Amino acid sequence: MSMSVLFDAPGPKTVARHRIYTGVGLALIALVLGWAIWRLYDAGQFEGDKWEVFTTPRFLRVLLVDGLLNTLKMAGAAVVAAVVFGFVFGVGKMSEHAWVRWPSWAVVEFFRAIPVLLLMVFIWYALGISNSSSSFWAVVIALTLYNGSVLAEVLRAGVNSVPKGQREAAYAIGMRKTQVMNIVLMPQAVKIMLPAIISQCVVALKDTALGVFVLAPGLTKVYKQIYLQFDNRVPTMIVVASLYILVNLLLTYLATYAQHRLVGEKKPIDVTVE
Amino acid sequence: MSAVLDNFDVYLRAFGYTFALFLVAGVLSLVLGTILVAFRVGPISVLQRAAATYVTLVRNTPLVIVFAFFSFVAPIFGIGFNWLQVRIGDFSFTAFFGAAAVSLTLYTATFVCEALRAGINAVPLGQAEAARAIGLPFTGVMSQVVLPQAFRASLPPLASVQIALIKNTSVAAVYGVAEATARMRGFTNDFSSQRIGIFVCFALGYIVIVEAFSFLSSRLERRWRVAT
Repeated sequence: MSMSVLFDAPGPKTVARHRIYTGVGLALIALVLGWAIWRLYDAGQFEGDKWEVFTTPRFLRVLLVDGLLNTLKMAGAAVVAAVVFGFVFGVGKMSEHAWVRWPSWAVVEFFRAIPVLLLMVFIWYALGISNSSSSFWAVVIALTLYNGSVLAEVLRAGVNSVPKGQREAAYAIGMRKTQVMNIVLMPQAVKIMLPAIISQCVVALKDTALGVFVLAPGLTKVYKQIYLQFDNRVPTMIVVASLYILVNLLLTYLATYAQHRLVGEKKPIDVTVE
Repeated sequence: MSAVLDNFDVYLRAFGYTFALFLVAGVLSLVLGTILVAFRVGPISVLQRAAATYVTLVRNTPLVIVFAFFSFVAPIFGIGFNWLQVRIGDFSFTAFFGAAAVSLTLYTATFVCEALRAGINAVPLGQAEAARAIGLPFTGVMSQVVLPQAFRASLPPLASVQIALIKNTSVAAVYGVAEATARMRGFTNDFSSQRIGIFVCFALGYIVIVEAFSFLSSRLERRWRVAT
């Protein structure tokens, strides 16, 4: 709803009042920000030697290659596998055979209802915690199962959002069940789904940070290494959080762009928020 | 399996912490999210932008880092939770619990804000126009026409935000709260031969909480659905 509908055009009194609110709001925000910066400054968090590491090429490489690249690798692998998982179980959930439909339903519901972290810990122990690569795979597999289940739901919502006439017309010209799905419904569903898949990438990327609990590589591990060596927890945290935010914002813009490009003004599919 | 059954009191207490975190953070995030959305749809552009910035930043930060912030950076600001020493029966709510509850609140509030805003956007334009046309002032338009419908429309997304919160309480395990996921890791460590049974038991605990909540919320949704 455009907000202008909610308000009358403000008169002189209201304009004056809004100015006061604006002033008070600005002052409060400035006060809080200023106080926060002052406290950080007071605690010596802005001293050059705490930030120097982020301008040293060697450590920048550590941060970007060992950190960001590993995180992106985990998220990327998980998303690709999750798309496959989502297609298999999403189609399974729509199957006409009860013996396919029910197990698919159970798997999807199970992995959607339990925390990713619980899954991650279990897989980590199952793969063997002494094995150095198992934490990487624990993160990837846990994220695959969770995000795959969400994508299965997205797929179902996508197929259901294709107008009914499409399916009926396809049957009417004599297509078989598989043909209707593969030639008519799926291409349209995928187009509608694409923004939701990209949004799911944001969730997967954020959840890679949970890998810290199973000692996984990636940004959170590099974060620990750097602050243990340089005693600069706050600057490192700010840098790592900024990297996450930056990548996530890029993904969000991509999702919005895909939404406008492929779907238009129609409402995006929203199955779960997190 | 026997590892859990033999220590069933520990198991139940672990889920007690999970549930307590969910309750505290759930209620507080609804309050904070409502305040945020009031800023976002209100007429003051400074507050609109401040709320939007907050939502964008916190939403895109991993929850683990929000937790880390409250464990390590907030003390620099003098925001600590060491005053928190509440014991209720076998439960002791300490600084870790306080930091976890606040982190979950601040993080979930951004999603609550987005859900409510989606609800307000879902109210058809004509409703507000009609309310204005019959001469209601701004407060009347909002409180009698727009918000009641917006609240109902945002119930489904709000419910899924709160379900996500239930699952996100597991992150408190990383920062020293002895809730279900932390206990599950402890159990798996101590009884590694029974890890599948342990995993199933803890997964069932979460599923019970999540399904109970989604059952309640779907009942509410059906009762309060806007007639179309």
